[in-house]
Amino acid sequence: MPAVEETLETVRTATQTGYKWGFETDVEMDLAPKGLSEDTIRLISERKGEPEWLLAWRLKAYAAWLQMEEPHWAKVEHPPIDYQGIHYYAAPKRKSGPKSLDEVDPELLAMYEKLGIPLRERAILAGVEGADGEDRLPVAVDAVFDSVSVATTFQNTLRKAGVIFCPISEAVREHPELVARYLGSVVPAGDNFFAALNSAVFTDGSFVYIPKGVRCPMELSTYFRINARNTGQFERTLIIAEAGSYVSYLEGCTAPMRDENQLHAAVVELVAMDDAQIKYSTVQNWYPGDAAGRGGIYNFVTKRGACRGARSRISWTQVETGSAITWKYPSCILQGDESVGEFYSVAVTNNHQQADTGTKMIHIGRNTRSTIVSKGISAGHSNNTYRGLVRVQPKASGARNYTQCDSLLIGDQCGAHTVPYIESRNPTAKVEHEATTSKIADDQLFYCRQRGLSEEDAVNLIVNGFCKDVLKELPMEFAVEAQKLLAVSLEGSVG
Amino acid sequence: MASLVIRNLRAAIDGKSILHGIDLQVGAGEVHAIMGPNGSGKSTLGYVLAGREDYEVTGGEVLFDGQDLLAMEPEARAAAGVFLAFQAPVELPGVGNANFMRTAVNAVRRARGEPELDAVTFLKLARAEAKRLAMPEDMLKRNVNVGFSGGEKKRNEILQMGLLRPRLAILDETDSGLDIDALRIVAEGVNALRGPDFSALVITHHQRLLNNLVPDRVHVLLGGRIVRSGGPELARELEATGYAAAQAA
Repeated sequence: MPAVEETLETVRTATQTGYKWGFETDVEMDLAPKGLSEDTIRLISERKGEPEWLLAWRLKAYAAWLQMEEPHWAKVEHPPIDYQGIHYYAAPKRKSGPKSLDEVDPELLAMYEKLGIPLRERAILAGVEGADGEDRLPVAVDAVFDSVSVATTFQNTLRKAGVIFCPISEAVREHPELVARYLGSVVPAGDNFFAALNSAVFTDGSFVYIPKGVRCPMELSTYFRINARNTGQFERTLIIAEAGSYVSYLEGCTAPMRDENQLHAAVVELVAMDDAQIKYSTVQNWYPGDAAGRGGIYNFVTKRGACRGARSRISWTQVETGSAITWKYPSCILQGDESVGEFYSVAVTNNHQQADTGTKMIHIGRNTRSTIVSKGISAGHSNNTYRGLVRVQPKASGARNYTQCDSLLIGDQCGAHTVPYIESRNPTAKVEHEATTSKIADDQLFYCRQRGLSEEDAVNLIVNGFCKDVLKELPMEFAVEAQKLLAVSLEGSVG
Repeated sequence: MASLVIRNLRAAIDGKSILHGIDLQVGAGEVHAIMGPNGSGKSTLGYVLAGREDYEVTGGEVLFDGQDLLAMEPEARAAAGVFLAFQAPVELPGVGNANFMRTAVNAVRRARGEPELDAVTFLKLARAEAKRLAMPEDMLKRNVNVGFSGGEKKRNEILQMGLLRPRLAILDETDSGLDIDALRIVAEGVNALRGPDFSALVITHHQRLLNNLVPDRVHVLLGGRIVRSGGPELARELEATGYAAAQAA
């Protein structure tokens, strides 16, 4: 059997065994009744103890959402989503919010351990004061379970540096002026169908504030996990980097294996002031559905960063291996003069997965620069689309963009599509676009195997080579995780 | 005991028969040259021995140290010590040359139950080998064969051979496109490995490589069959009289 066919065969069997994170955690849940109405929104707001202005903001978003239609311009297909068949609030039951990891349900902690989340900070929180941050580079973690944040680590160290890193529901209570000022300032409540839905019903997520001139002393990380059946996850993340500050933020995602589809519609907003830099990295591994295309997460996400200040810089790096459907365009609004936007993406689709992902770079300020590097890998019967917009506004003189879109096909049943939109309204702007499509060739596999590599190792080597430009942008620990994930997504167990 | 025994080997590609019954024995420590015009089946023989799946074996058998070579996966043949220097080495974009070679060497070592080499040890070995082949050190850092000149690609094959230390090397027209100096370096690379545990099949059009790399036996492959065999003097005769005369003789 020719080598590529054999690879196809192994790819075909991949996700039946490939998704290791498909366990379910048995925790007592506080569930809102199914369905969406003003009452549901009032209930969420009440459960969260929110101020009146936020409830009003949610209701306004809901009213806008009712007037909107689900978008259908992306190259994805799915049966109609029953927005009334979803629980919009699901929280592990407990008396009050946990003060430390000791108060967190042990079932939850066991789950995070299975996921390999560095909650070793538990020891530190449990009483070994001042023991944090010595030999290895620590990562502060905010863990979000269904609708609520269950644990945030390293709070003390961060507080000393003046950094705020907490669940957004806590930020609403503790730092209302910051939340009120920035929430919806990058992604307005009525921005699009899914953003409006999120604005109406978001339940938790992370809030980060880096004061002027502060370099955040550690990587910040959020792990999102959908657990309960028939729930949607609608998290909201808001990161503000004041002038001259720096933060690197990591985001990881998993969900149990389920036959039915689950909805995930998040909103992420980033704000970078003068000379500030935000590096946002995602390893998305939501359950992709089984080999026949049953189940899996519908991931409809709006991510946008505003480079408000001069010389500010926002970079998005994403490795997308999961979800039945990915609809996601992390974008940069380059408002400040000489600000920089970057987008580095690896999107892998296998079996019946569909990904329509890319970015938008909106050049408003003078001498703004953007770089887009997108690597799409399609296998099985999947469809992988890059969709990107580069817009240069009339005042953005000297704007520069460089875009590189590469697609790698494994087998002949999958599709790769590149849809670039370029709108330049300033004659001094320079926009470059390069695109390639290639296949893992039989002769490449044979060459590697002749040198002693197994077919699985050969595919890994070739795929990792293909993604190298993106993987090198990830923080070290994440890059290793991402490489492993690529291997699992594409092959499962060969042999 | 002969290390490679080929008996009545027949092979086809896309239903078209290429090899019509090859008989060949290469003893341990021997270097044999396979000569013949384009389209005679020389490269097919190399690919079939290495296990390329596009080629269908339609008859015969191949024993490598008594093992049924044709029943083994390509990577198992590599682990057993079979190395093919490709006529057209393949490019692997984004894959660093040193990383590729270390992965290969360690895969083979693992299969043989030998401990793997760490990055530092391996790099020392690779640097020394590259130096011997007069290759600039940056070739280790570049991506596998990407942007290499024809000559660099061929030398890179010999570098891999030196690091993998095969027991049977098949050189598929490694000399084509090389200048005199490169030719000498390649020949020296093979000669350095010569010993009781190393044998080679050198596939070539030309006699000039064989001046530096003197074979024990020379075979003429024509139309998918070996039509003549002899000592090193046969190569010189072919150079003078051509393949057609060889068949007539």
